[in-house]
Amino acid sequence: MNYIWGGMIVLSILYGTVNGTLGQVGEAALNSSKEAVSLCITMIGIMSFWVGIMEIAKEAGIIQGASRKLRPVIRFLFPNLKRGESKAEEYIISNMIANILGLGWAATPAGLKAMEELSKRRDGSSRQVASNEMCTFLILNISSLQLIPVNIIAYRSQYGSVNPTAVIGPALVATTVSTAVAVVFCKIMDRKRSA
Amino acid sequence: MVIFMAFYFQYLSEMMIPLLIFSIVGYGILMRRNIYEDFIRGAEDGFKTVLKIMPTLIGLMVAVGMLRASGFFDFLNNAVSGLTALIHFPSQLVPLVIVRLFSSSAATGVATDLFKTYGPDSYIGMTASIMMGCTETVFYTMCVYFMAAGVKKTRWTLPGALIATAAGIVASVALAGMN
Repeated sequence: MNYIWGGMIVLSILYGTVNGTLGQVGEAALNSSKEAVSLCITMIGIMSFWVGIMEIAKEAGIIQGASRKLRPVIRFLFPNLKRGESKAEEYIISNMIANILGLGWAATPAGLKAMEELSKRRDGSSRQVASNEMCTFLILNISSLQLIPVNIIAYRSQYGSVNPTAVIGPALVATTVSTAVAVVFCKIMDRKRSA
Repeated sequence: MVIFMAFYFQYLSEMMIPLLIFSIVGYGILMRRNIYEDFIRGAEDGFKTVLKIMPTLIGLMVAVGMLRASGFFDFLNNAVSGLTALIHFPSQLVPLVIVRLFSSSAATGVATDLFKTYGPDSYIGMTASIMMGCTETVFYTMCVYFMAAGVKKTRWTLPGALIATAAGIVASVALAGMN
């Protein structure tokens, strides 16, 4: 993380110097920080509301119900998650469901809570190092689990597509391919590192 | 029929969230839970999580904003265009791929731009659509999620995420070509 972030900052200033865009770079630094804060304010609203709704779902037993059905999948993907760690499991499942339904923003709160729970399993100094479960969870998230890309369909029809929904089939295949690659990769790494 | 389908999906996307909220709250009422208390407890939790990741987000967005302003993304485009021509990857899509790794809203901007220029049903438009549907914002997601957990060493997450994304992109180009 240190290298990625530091590299981005250093690179932008160096390239800005060469390219003669240093003024814009400085301006962007200030503007982006402002933008980030207003994004966070929006996010506080969405997160508070959504985690609140999820808490209702959890207490009412909806998530447990879904968990039971998805448990074999979770067992396969996260073999080291023990039975006592149902909290992490619940958050992972609600994140996956939100992702599959294409709720985008709504998936983030559960995802963040899942990461927090996964980090609680580790102690002391190892907390700063991602566990196999964390890597797997994030890679799966990034591989995109979305079944129907609703936003894209909306944009396509907005820009005059004759057949906006034509993307569903191919997108489903492409998502399956990327997720399958992600699962295989995670399984290989998981085996290698834990051995 | 086609127009009906389009409306249907737009309607579906609009319905999804209200429907979910309705079922969860409705179910909570049926189960006679203290739903308002539950809600407040959860809301407090969500609130704290955002406050925790706020510094991260500021740091990240500043870095991306600076890099974009420096013109480095344009440079990267030109740099890889030779390579993409070699593997028959449409160069018009290079900016989309790069931006997609960093920002979802920026990628949406690039994609709608492509729709405007080439039309959503063209080869370019179709590939862009599929690509948007099967990829995620790699760096953004990684930064936000890992910071929430206080993780500094990300181990094999980045290579895995990039491989999965690359697989999605290859599949997009291949599938769009079949139409």
